[in-house]
Amino acid sequence: MTMNLRVTPASRHGRARSRTGQLFVTPYVLFLLAVFAVPLGYTVWISFHRFYFTAPGTHVDSPWVGLSNYRDVFTDPVVGRAFLNIVIFLVINVPLTVVLSLVLASALNAKIRFRAFFRAAYYLPYITASVALVAVWQFLFGSDGFVNHLLGSHAPDPSWLVNSDLAMPMIAFFVTWKQLGFFVMLYLAALQNVGKELYEAASVDGAGRVRQFLSVTVPGVRPATTLVVIYAVITGANLFSEPYLLTGGGGPDHASASPVLLMYQKGIEQGHPDFAAALGVVLVGFVLVISLAARKLTERGN
Amino acid sequence: MSGSLRTPDTAAARRRPARRRALQYTVLSLGAVAFLFPFYYMIVGSLRATTTGDLSSAVPSGLTGDSYTAVNGAISLGRSLLNSGIMTIGVLLCTLVFGLLAGYALAQLHFRGRGTLFASLLLVQMVPFQLLMLPLYVLVVRDYGLGDNYLGMILPFAVNSTAVFLFRQFFLQMPQSLFEAARIDGAGELRILLRIALPMARPAVLTALLLTFIGPWNEFLWPFLVTKDADMQPLAVSLASFLSNLQGTVANPTGALLAGACVLAAPAVALFLLFQRHFTSTDIDSGVKG
Repeated sequence: MTMNLRVTPASRHGRARSRTGQLFVTPYVLFLLAVFAVPLGYTVWISFHRFYFTAPGTHVDSPWVGLSNYRDVFTDPVVGRAFLNIVIFLVINVPLTVVLSLVLASALNAKIRFRAFFRAAYYLPYITASVALVAVWQFLFGSDGFVNHLLGSHAPDPSWLVNSDLAMPMIAFFVTWKQLGFFVMLYLAALQNVGKELYEAASVDGAGRVRQFLSVTVPGVRPATTLVVIYAVITGANLFSEPYLLTGGGGPDHASASPVLLMYQKGIEQGHPDFAAALGVVLVGFVLVISLAARKLTERGN
Repeated sequence: MSGSLRTPDTAAARRRPARRRALQYTVLSLGAVAFLFPFYYMIVGSLRATTTGDLSSAVPSGLTGDSYTAVNGAISLGRSLLNSGIMTIGVLLCTLVFGLLAGYALAQLHFRGRGTLFASLLLVQMVPFQLLMLPLYVLVVRDYGLGDNYLGMILPFAVNSTAVFLFRQFFLQMPQSLFEAARIDGAGELRILLRIALPMARPAVLTALLLTFIGPWNEFLWPFLVTKDADMQPLAVSLASFLSNLQGTVANPTGALLAGACVLAAPAVALFLLFQRHFTSTDIDSGVKG
C-alpha cells in the first residue's frame, strides 16, 4: 500500500469513517448471525438428521437420515390439517382486514371530531398482550359466556371455542380484531398519498361516493394492501398463542392447530426436534410461495 | 372527497355532507364500541365479587379488589412484573445502544458491506420469529444453558431491526452539512452521534422505544419456552399458566384471570396513551415499509 503516501487528508478521513462504520455495525451483524443466520442454517441441518435434545455439555450422535423427517411431516394428517387451518385463517382474515380497516381509515381521514379518541380506541387491542386479550375472549365466548347469554337459544352448540367448525374461524376473528388498528393506521398513512385532484376529477366526471371509493381510493392504497396480505401470511404462519390458549392447545381434535403449535408440541413436548425442524422448513417454503402468489394477485392490473 | 362540496348548490347537495358526516360518526362509533367493549368488560369483570358470564356481569356493582389479591396469591404479580420489566428494559437498552450505532452507520458512514447489511435488515423483518424458535431453543437453552436466565430471555429480541430501520431513516433526513461541519472541526463519529445526531433524534427514539416496548412486554412464546421456574416467568407467561391450569385454586377464577389481564395490559396501554401524540401514523408507515 504505497498509495498511502499520496492519500489526501479527506480520503484518509473517509477510510477512518469506513472502519468506524464497520465497528458501529458489528454488534448488529453479530446479532443477525446469532439470531437469524445460524438458527436458520441449524434448522435445515437438524431436519436432515435424527436429533435428540441433550443437556448442556453432553454429546449424542445425530445420524444423517436424509428425507425421513420430511416424509414423516408430509404423511402426518395433523400437519395437513394445520396448514389447512392457515388457509382458513387467511380466507377470513385478509378480506375482513382489508375491508374493515379501509372503511375505518377512510372515515377517520375526514375532518372529524374526537379523531384522537377513535384512533386510540382502534389501536388499543394492537398494543395489548395477546395473553390478556385471550383471557377476555375466553370469558366472552365461553360456553357460559357473555355472548351465549346474549344469544340465548341461538347460541351454537357446542360453543364457539370448542366447536370444530367454529374454533379456527374464532381464531381468525380474534386476530383480525386485535391487529385491525395497526392496519387502520397503515391505510391512514397511505390515504395521505392519494391525490386530492383525483377525487375532484372523478367527481367532475360524475362519480358518486361509492364509485370514487372503488376507483380512486382502492387502487390508490394498493401498496398498503399488498403489505396487509404479506403481514397476514406471516401472522398466519406465526400463530401460536391463540390456538394454544384460546382454544386449549389447538382443539377440538386439532381443528384449530397451527404449524407452530405442532412444532412446539412435537418438538419440545414430545421430544422430536428433528420432525419439528423439518416442519419449520416446510413452513418457510409455504410462507414464501403464498407471499409471492399474494403479491402477484394484489399487484395485478397495477 | 372534497369534490362533492363543489357540486351544484342545491338543497340535496347541501344536505349530503351532513348525511355523510352522520354515517362517518356511526361507522367510527360502532368500531370504537367493538374495540373498547372487551376492555370495559375486562375491567368490570376484574372488580366484581363474583364474575359470571351472564348479562348482569357487564354492570359494575359491588366492586372489590379481591380478584387482584387472589391472582397475586396464585402467581405473585410483583415477581412476574419484575421479570417482565427486566426482560423489557434489557431489550430496550440493547436496541437503543446497538440500534443507534447501526442506524447511524447505515445512514452516515460508508463501509464495505453496507448495501448487503441493509438488504438483510429488510429481509429479517420478513422472517417470522416463530420459525426460528426451535433452533434458538436448542442453542440458547440446551447448548448455552441459558434456560431460566434473563440473558436467554433477552437474546433473541436484543436488537429490534424495525428500530434500526427507523433510526437510519431519521439520520438520513438530517441535514448533511451539520455532520460535515462537525467532522471538519475534528469530532469523531461517536461524538457526532452522541452530541449532534442523538439529541435531534428524540422523536425517532421515542417512537422506537414505544414500538420496541410492546414486543418483549407482550411476548409469550419465547419466555414460555425459556422459563420453567415460576420465579423467572414474566407476567404474560405466568398469567397463561394461570389460564390453563391454576384457575381452580381461587374462589372467583374468571375475576382473578381478568385482574391479571388488567395488570398485564395496563403498562403498555398507559405508555401508549401518554405518548400517543408522538406516535403518528407516518412513523408506523415508515417503520413498516421496508
